[in-house]
Amino acid sequence: MRVTIKYFASIREAIGVSSESVETRAATLAALRDELIATGGGRGESLAHGQAVRMALNQVMSDESAMLIEGAEVAFFPPVTGG
Amino acid sequence: MHFFRLSRAAERSMEINAFASPRVSIRADDFDVSTEVEMLRARDPRVGAVCCFVGTVRDRNAGQPGEVSSMELEHYPGMTEKALEAMIDEARRRFDICGVRVIHRIGLLKPLDQIVLVAVTSAQRGQSFQACEFLMDYLKTQAPFWKKEQTPEGERWVDARVTDDAALARWGIKASNVD
Repeated sequence: MRVTIKYFASIREAIGVSSESVETRAATLAALRDELIATGGGRGESLAHGQAVRMALNQVMSDESAMLIEGAEVAFFPPVTGG
Repeated sequence: MHFFRLSRAAERSMEINAFASPRVSIRADDFDVSTEVEMLRARDPRVGAVCCFVGTVRDRNAGQPGEVSSMELEHYPGMTEKALEAMIDEARRRFDICGVRVIHRIGLLKPLDQIVLVAVTSAQRGQSFQACEFLMDYLKTQAPFWKKEQTPEGERWVDARVTDDAALARWGIKASNVD
């Protein structure tokens, strides 16, 4: 399936793009993150396990077990620091 | 629980008010607290208390006084508004409040600038005090904003604080913002 991925803050800077469309076989956010880590480079580094990464699915904070759906908008970002 | 009907006129004026002043505003522009409070409580005679929190930019964070020359605020357009609307809905479920207004600025800000406004109205002070604190605790860990500071040593992203997760936990919400 095809999903849109958005990156923010330090993760966006490490990867060098703010948004991309990817074809994936991943069923969950965790599996999608693993696919991205496997591509290496900025994705591999900034999304690596052990890094503080938060995720959103269709603009709602979600944990790694959330199920992907066709056309979903997924976002990866560091812990939030507003206010 | 007590229910009471508002007069037709009061209901109409509240509807007008709701349209004139949406609950959430994400923008680069500054805000005027007096104007916001005036609009929030306009034509709502139920209100006996207004509680406001204003967050401002400091010239220091973890380090030395004066080291932060400016701050860039990034957010996730679309999700930010949804997260803040959901946060206000949750506050309305938990507290007996009349109106809420949340403004969060984005872009380049300097020390002394205003960053965020949370204003709440209620019949008595207790509910608006609590709701205001709840809203800020929620916003700090659940709304997708990120701060980057400019200092003499260069730029750095601001780290999230464990204490902010703890603050939200007081309200029975388990936050895992900081891993």
